Amino acid sequence: MSSAAVWDPEKASSRIKALEKLPGALLPILHALQEEFGYIDKAAIPMIAKALNISQADVHGTISFYHDFRHEPPGRHVLKMCRAEACQSMGCEKVIQHVEQKLGIRLGQTTADGSFTVDQIFCLGLCAMSPAVMLDGKPYGRVTPEVADSLIDSQRRRA
Amino acid sequence: MSVRVFVPCDAAALAVGADVVARAIETQIASRRLDAQVIRNGSRGMFWLEPLVEAETPEGRIAYGPVAPEAVESLFAADFLKGGAHRLRLGRTEEIPYLKNQERLTFARCGIVDPLSIDDYIAQDGYRGLERALAMPPADIVEEVAKSGLRGRGGAGFPTGIKWRTVLNTAADQKYVVCNADEGDSGTYADRMIMEGDPFVLIEGMTIAGIATGATMGYVYIRSEYPHAFRTMRRAVETARERGYLGPDVKGSGRAFDVDVRLGAGAYICGEETSLLESLEGKRGQIRPKPPLPAIEGLFGKPTVVNNVISLATVPVILDKGAQFYADFGLGKSRGTLTIQLAGNVKYGGLVEKAFGLTLRQAIYDYGGGTASGRPLRAVQVGGPLGAYFPESLLDTPLDYEAFAKLQGLVGHGGIVVFDDTVDLAKQARFAMEFCAIESCGKCTPCRIGSTRGVEVIDRIVANQDRKRNLEVLDDLCELMLEGSLCALGGLTPYPVLSAIKYFPEDFSKPAPPPGQTAPGWEARQERRA
Repeated sequence: MSSAAVWDPEKASSRIKALEKLPGALLPILHALQEEFGYIDKAAIPMIAKALNISQADVHGTISFYHDFRHEPPGRHVLKMCRAEACQSMGCEKVIQHVEQKLGIRLGQTTADGSFTVDQIFCLGLCAMSPAVMLDGKPYGRVTPEVADSLIDSQRRRA
Repeated sequence: MSVRVFVPCDAAALAVGADVVARAIETQIASRRLDAQVIRNGSRGMFWLEPLVEAETPEGRIAYGPVAPEAVESLFAADFLKGGAHRLRLGRTEEIPYLKNQERLTFARCGIVDPLSIDDYIAQDGYRGLERALAMPPADIVEEVAKSGLRGRGGAGFPTGIKWRTVLNTAADQKYVVCNADEGDSGTYADRMIMEGDPFVLIEGMTIAGIATGATMGYVYIRSEYPHAFRTMRRAVETARERGYLGPDVKGSGRAFDVDVRLGAGAYICGEETSLLESLEGKRGQIRPKPPLPAIEGLFGKPTVVNNVISLATVPVILDKGAQFYADFGLGKSRGTLTIQLAGNVKYGGLVEKAFGLTLRQAIYDYGGGTASGRPLRAVQVGGPLGAYFPESLLDTPLDYEAFAKLQGLVGHGGIVVFDDTVDLAKQARFAMEFCAIESCGKCTPCRIGSTRGVEVIDRIVANQDRKRNLEVLDDLCELMLEGSLCALGGLTPYPVLSAIKYFPEDFSKPAPPPGQTAPGWEARQERRA
């Protein structure tokens, strides 16, 4: 996450070019751009539309339909917290409230110092290890408020 | 000969530190100069024992678990590579009762093989189904699958053979096989386990589907919440291609079939097959009205087999051992095995593959050992967020499609989420509506608007505003959504809501919380979308 680059039209153009011939190329392109920059810059919309010969409205509509795609850069660390039923049955709401208080933000927001973004997610498939979270792509199970503290603190120390 | 030590690379094992354990074992092997190697396998599906470490000994694989990184040194001191005594020793893995009392057909190799070794796969009877299929006329392959009684494991339970027959009999210049790996239901992880633990079985199943129906291209659509499964599937597809199991000439048969692995983008609705197809085409994941069925006009308008991961991963064993072998498991119209996933507040959470016929009670108590919290069980939700909440009194219901349908419930993908007596069913009902509002694709009004109205009405009921009349409104709304929605999201969201009201009415008649104060966890979250 922390390795995401700043927006660069040339880099974006080469990522688009590498994928534009795929059948149904739009999602792979959007994933590639988000992997590169951490979000999908508005400036990418006309570039993608031109490459795929579709309207800018279609590109925008697709980006905004999916929960994954971001319109602005996320924090250096992204914590995704599951709040689906299996995690609810093991008290995920308590852990979420704890993290919200600790970081001073609510789900879907980024801390003022840009260190953490916390998102809600519906199911990581770790339902026998609830509550589950994913921090920068790494899964963690049986997360208590204390475990959440140590996850966040260890990233802060590293930063 | 080098001793093999198995440490799972399944995401659930990683979530409790399997990588750290694997590194600690490798360090010990190096510093003690031992002749041993660490193999990263899939999970056996006994998650309370993860990380479950196995040592391969002349007596078979000996299991130790759950292994914390700090315990690794003592395992070596106890000579665990030879199966030495240790407080974490569980005996031979296959003798552990939870595993021994299962009938693993689809999951026969999961947790046993190195998921990325095609040689391991072949050595464990892999690709025998395809070999047999390649020697059969396509129509015979389809009949074999139809005779096995295999029904779609994604939730709807539609007979797989009939779907395939439609695609086979529809003439077209291009056909597709699409694997639905958008396993979004809470409480389910069987697809993830197969993709991370035995990816070649899915590739083989898709290849057989292609050969049987005349499709030459396959797509696996994996949800983005499963990055590990995505990476494993991609690498396995590359290996299968390198070894001639995918490509323009599958194993010298003259038949072409290839697979691409694609990533979803966090939309639950894309588990609905027509939304999934739209998404694969690069569009908003909005559902398409049916007809036309995807089997006739599917991906890019071409005839398409859309099957769930478990359905496709079960095809190889059916072709290998024959339709009758598979049909001999199960009961009534539910043939073969069901992969039950025990989840939530359950002591022994994990995967139980068993012939159809087990009751909920047997699954939850005989395997699951009751609640994890030790408190009394109060409710069970089967089949994901669209499944009904059942009370303790319905636990003797057998887990088969028809028995559940009779009770307005779903077996769905086989996930069972257990709740103890701290659960508030009014809150769960509200969540069902909230989830539907967040995930609705917006195509039809009952789902798009009805879900938001549902949240509001439940809030009024809980706040004791005109409670009796609002319960009637909610009942009406649910009927409208049931009858008027285009797909299962809006159409089945009423199941958890109505079952909560029916079986747990006391949760809807509590005194209202004091003004200005909400019960814990009740504050509205739906505005805070990612």
